[in-house]
Amino acid sequence: MTLLQVDDMSKAFGANQVIEGLSFGVSPGAIHSIIGPNGAGKTTLFNLITGIYRADRGRVLFDGRDVTALQPHELAKCGISRTFQNLQVFLNMSALENVMAGMHLHSDHRFWPSLFHLPMITRRDRELAEEARRLMAFVNLEDYLDAHASAMPYGALKRLEIARALATKSKLMLLDEPAAGLNPSETRAIDGLIQKIAESGVTVILVEHDMRLVMGVSDHILVLEGGRKLAEGTAGEIRHNPDVVAAYLGESARKQ
Amino acid sequence: MSFWNSSRSGGLVALALVIALLPLTFPNTYFFNVAILIGLNAIVCIGLNLLIGYAGQISLGHAGFFGLGAYVAAILSSNHGVPPLAALLLAALLVGVLAFAVARPIMRLKGHYLAMGTLGLGIIIAIVLNQEVGLTGGPDGMPVDSFSLLGWQPYGDRIWYWIVGVLLLATVWLALNLIDSPVGRALRALHGSEVAAAAAGINVVRFKVLVFVTSAILASLAGSIFAFYTGFITPGEANFFHSLELVAMVVLGGLASIYGALIGAAILTILPQLLTVFHDYEMMMLGLIMMLVMIFMRKGLVPTLANLLWRRGS
Amino acid sequence: MADFLQFLFSGITVGATYALVGLGFAIIYNASHVINFAQGEFVMLGGMSAVFLMHLGLPLPAVIPLAVVATMAVGVALEKLAIEPARNASVVTLIIITIGASIFLRGSAEVIWGRSFHSMAPFTGSEPIDIGGAALLPQSLWVLGGTIVAVVALKWFFGRTRTGKAMQASAFNPYAARLVGIDQRFILMLSFALSGLFGAVAGILIAPISLTYSGVGVMLGLKGFCAAILGGMGNPFGAIMGGLLLGISEAMTAGYISSAYKDAVAFLIILLVLFFLPSGLFGKRRTERV
Repeated sequence: MTLLQVDDMSKAFGANQVIEGLSFGVSPGAIHSIIGPNGAGKTTLFNLITGIYRADRGRVLFDGRDVTALQPHELAKCGISRTFQNLQVFLNMSALENVMAGMHLHSDHRFWPSLFHLPMITRRDRELAEEARRLMAFVNLEDYLDAHASAMPYGALKRLEIARALATKSKLMLLDEPAAGLNPSETRAIDGLIQKIAESGVTVILVEHDMRLVMGVSDHILVLEGGRKLAEGTAGEIRHNPDVVAAYLGESARKQ
Repeated sequence: MSFWNSSRSGGLVALALVIALLPLTFPNTYFFNVAILIGLNAIVCIGLNLLIGYAGQISLGHAGFFGLGAYVAAILSSNHGVPPLAALLLAALLVGVLAFAVARPIMRLKGHYLAMGTLGLGIIIAIVLNQEVGLTGGPDGMPVDSFSLLGWQPYGDRIWYWIVGVLLLATVWLALNLIDSPVGRALRALHGSEVAAAAAGINVVRFKVLVFVTSAILASLAGSIFAFYTGFITPGEANFFHSLELVAMVVLGGLASIYGALIGAAILTILPQLLTVFHDYEMMMLGLIMMLVMIFMRKGLVPTLANLLWRRGS
Repeated sequence: MADFLQFLFSGITVGATYALVGLGFAIIYNASHVINFAQGEFVMLGGMSAVFLMHLGLPLPAVIPLAVVATMAVGVALEKLAIEPARNASVVTLIIITIGASIFLRGSAEVIWGRSFHSMAPFTGSEPIDIGGAALLPQSLWVLGGTIVAVVALKWFFGRTRTGKAMQASAFNPYAARLVGIDQRFILMLSFALSGLFGAVAGILIAPISLTYSGVGVMLGLKGFCAAILGGMGNPFGAIMGGLLLGISEAMTAGYISSAYKDAVAFLIILLVLFFLPSGLFGKRRTERV
């Protein structure tokens, strides 16, 4: 049983073939990593899965359902959440409101009741705020409960995005370089957080350049090169795969 | 949350007090007249601020909706005998339907393209009001029969002051409600980042359409009331310059600030009255103020001052 | 046929003005991603200062360069005093600043020159030339000729000069341009000077045909903006095509359908283009990077 199945997917921007005939499956309840050199198509793949780009060919099945042509917000409704490589925090809102915005699907967002602030709206909002505080604690942002997003440091914003993604209560979470720009101790904290998320029953797909992080947390690794699948397997298999070593891992594998 | 709510009702009570006590300081009806215009502009600007300040979508054509609201209500009531209140509501409905019809393609646009699209829409409305002489009286304008409801006629500036005051208070209350609700969060989120909002399950297009239509209907309502209050309207209400004035009010007072919209409307409504002494310099001053505020107080008056006070307080 | 030619002539003449204004929008947009809503005021300033200088008794060959230089100076001042201090502001903020500048310039023109309409003598006679039964004003030839010269000169500037190439490079990739030592602030200033130049040229050339007054820049500016968008924002030569297309459609609508809705044509076209071809007729399709 696979949670996410990508079949024969291709995407080109002009003459630049970014993804080519890519197929892979993601089984539920594990941490999957996608690695590959810059320009291998990792972020494009995320954008294709989450509906920001439309694939030229191929299809995506999620939970047994064809979700290829769905809009990003429809995919969120199906249970796919994500974070972004270049932060996409709502800097015009407080930290707590960022997380509450992530709960949009679970909030009562009908226009008329909201306009008149009917008791059911305020009651539900109080519950959501409570839950948002819990989620912020879950990602270790207790210190920022009252902060405005625009006043938070980079590392905290990275975790705020994860909290917002968690708030959607998705089955699958796509993390696009969650450790990029973080110092070693912050990276270790993210490492623990990713494992905590997976333990809570959310399947994680991780794109990350920090190889120590990837090798440490991943149950399964997919290696992309030039938009194609170069190899896949467990961390150990990838580490010893001669193609991968030749193409990409060379440096860091030898070091370890 | 509880702090936010108490500060909100505090603001509303203060506003109600200002509206109630202000007339005590008015030496003559001219002041009522200016206050009514402030109130009507503020209602339009609050709607416009939901669109520009909160949802981050610019419109350079909202005077078109204001003018359309004025003309449709005037034509229905004065030429076709529709009861004024029904005419006002029908105008709002019609403007709402029009806004809804164009919202999908227009709200797909971003930045400068959106500015151009809304600007074009507003100008086309103004040109139609100018050219359909048989219907609108053309550039010379048209007289509007006075408002009446079940035989009651609001007569004189004082009564209109209270009507507009109550409507303004209601608009502020509803706008504050909306902002502090899941709908308001969705609007602010799509302003912050459209891709992230969509990834959180927010139907970006739907909420953009919603806020565009809401702001258009508020402009239409204010326009209709303006028509009944002044008794005479011209296509100038719908023109490009008026659209610019409305945006300038919103920006001057402060983007994403409901009270900012109110303050901005007040300043830019009073300013020309003060500058009539320097009538020739009016336009120059208006332009200069717009530029200076945007360069030196990018967030607008209310947020900038609130920040200053807050900083001094802590 | 004579009618058609007549409409075509007047369409091309007006269209050339829109094209020059649109060109100004495109040049500034390329250098800074700012939409300069004061662009129409450059046209007004060019026309009004030319009229004013003529009244002082200066000969035309002196009037034209003086009026152009004066407008360019206003363009540079606008950039230095209003745009540069707000470089990192949001799109909405920059739109408001340039709109404020536009209102300020119009207001200043009213204070200096009053609100009345002014006419200017044609450059070379007012005897219409008969072409296939249609009357062509000599001034129309000046407008057309002036536009062609301006476009050719711009093409040469972009293609052959160091500064022009630097400008093209910064439009394409500002970051890389900075790395190779292109002075962004100079480019920005130059772009305002250039669009002041094109605006002034348009204003001076058209002044003998349509009266000029302090408010003439509003509609011209907006239609120039339409031309620039129609051509695909940031594509100077697309803006030229867009301007001509708008001018001709307007003249044909006025001639064959109704002159009442002449002014609406440009905006109707632009709405349709925005709705169905969001990147303009000649613009590149872009995919958003996330």
